[in-house]
Amino acid sequence: MRRLAAPFSAILVTLALAAPTLACGGLIGPNGAVNLLRTTTLAGYHDGVEHYVTAFEFAGGGGAFGSIIPLPGIPTSVVRGGDWTLQRLVRETDPQPLFFDALGTAAASPRVIVLQQVRIDALDITILKGGGAEIGVWAKDHGFSLPPDAPEVLDFYANRSPIFMAASFDADAAAARGQAIGDGTPVHLTIPTDNPWVPLRILALGKSAAETVQADVYLLTDDRPALLPAPGSKLAEGGLALTHSDAASPQLLSDLRSDKGMEWVPQSAWLSKIAIGATAANLRFDLAIDASGGGKPSLRDAGFAPFGPLPAPPAWNPLWVMLLVISLAVPLGGGWLLGVALRNAGGGRPLAG
Amino acid sequence: MSYWRLRSAALALLLLAGSVAGCSSGNAPERVEIRIHYSHFDPSALTVPHGVAITFVLINEDPIDHEWMLGDAAFHERHRHGTEAHHGLRANEVSIAALTTVETTLTFGAPRSLQYICHLPGHEAYGMVGTLTIT
Repeated sequence: MRRLAAPFSAILVTLALAAPTLACGGLIGPNGAVNLLRTTTLAGYHDGVEHYVTAFEFAGGGGAFGSIIPLPGIPTSVVRGGDWTLQRLVRETDPQPLFFDALGTAAASPRVIVLQQVRIDALDITILKGGGAEIGVWAKDHGFSLPPDAPEVLDFYANRSPIFMAASFDADAAAARGQAIGDGTPVHLTIPTDNPWVPLRILALGKSAAETVQADVYLLTDDRPALLPAPGSKLAEGGLALTHSDAASPQLLSDLRSDKGMEWVPQSAWLSKIAIGATAANLRFDLAIDASGGGKPSLRDAGFAPFGPLPAPPAWNPLWVMLLVISLAVPLGGGWLLGVALRNAGGGRPLAG
Repeated sequence: MSYWRLRSAALALLLLAGSVAGCSSGNAPERVEIRIHYSHFDPSALTVPHGVAITFVLINEDPIDHEWMLGDAAFHERHRHGTEAHHGLRANEVSIAALTTVETTLTFGAPRSLQYICHLPGHEAYGMVGTLTIT
């Protein structure tokens, strides 16, 4: 999906605001307690580089809590995110008080490649590369209690991109640092990729089929983006609604650009907001975005092509070619023979009188 | 090698295979494989005869731990509220660590119907339930 890159200078900013029930977009800590109130994710895309900012709000308690988030590529840097970018985006379309912060997990397992480890405040961030089973074992080895749908969900992502961010939030360390409930730590990942998408299915991890997943996804693109599934479409199972779609205000872009690490925000952009409200049973897809103007978001990026790339178009194999030749040759040859026979018969007999 | 020699060799192999199969179907327990994939039992319905030792081969293909708990309704009701973190001392209560295979052998005394369920939190509700019919 290089189409998002250079020629169009596409810029995509995604902000996923998870409701309190979305705590721990990925995994839940060893004691099963949910102490992360809200996960927030921002993904910005410009010239082939995705800027991914996520933050969790810490709701108190002790011990360690974690989350695993699938990523479209390997980050070249993992740093502390800006202080107010997420809040500012939300305020643009939905003026209400918001809190951010507190992520979850990190470490290493036999067949998982640990690509990067970073400590940000009370967060331990680990970038991992591995298959679904390997990531699952790694998480288990590092104290996570994975819900029963984790094996399938991890495979769902690993077969498209084997890169995951594991974040563990050390509540004791947070308390020692003087962090209060509601304090957060945003994290900014820079990910070169030609394949941006917003992970949505991970939000349903560990939920019963009837539970509702609610989140807001903000997109900031050069032009009006094409989305898959399109909000309101049958594919979206009624779980996505486009609630804002307009040119981003110069003031918003200026505000975003002035935050730490947000210099890449362009001079003009299109702001979209997609409200997600789906049952966990129906939220079995991700959000694919084509901001190139081509209007063709990837079926695979949306997760509709199960487990891996779409099947290649059928190739011409010799058997099919032979069958085709035979199927054409039989009627044509028969017709020719019939014609010859009729001609011969006609030539030997007077047509009239 | 001539055609007749080949035929004789093939016949000998067939006879050998037959005798091995005959041995294995003697006193050795019957083996039944149950795969665990994406937190579901496969197969989720089994039928076995009573009075015969059955070895259940429990293959956990998932990266998470599971249980195979076999019993009647009262048994399962107890385990829904149980506190044992690990099973292994009783043949009908088996813990299967992630990506491992465990075997357990049971002989059933009379025809009846039982269920096998994983009682780890959330697993039964997710569908980790199977039925064993003993004929």
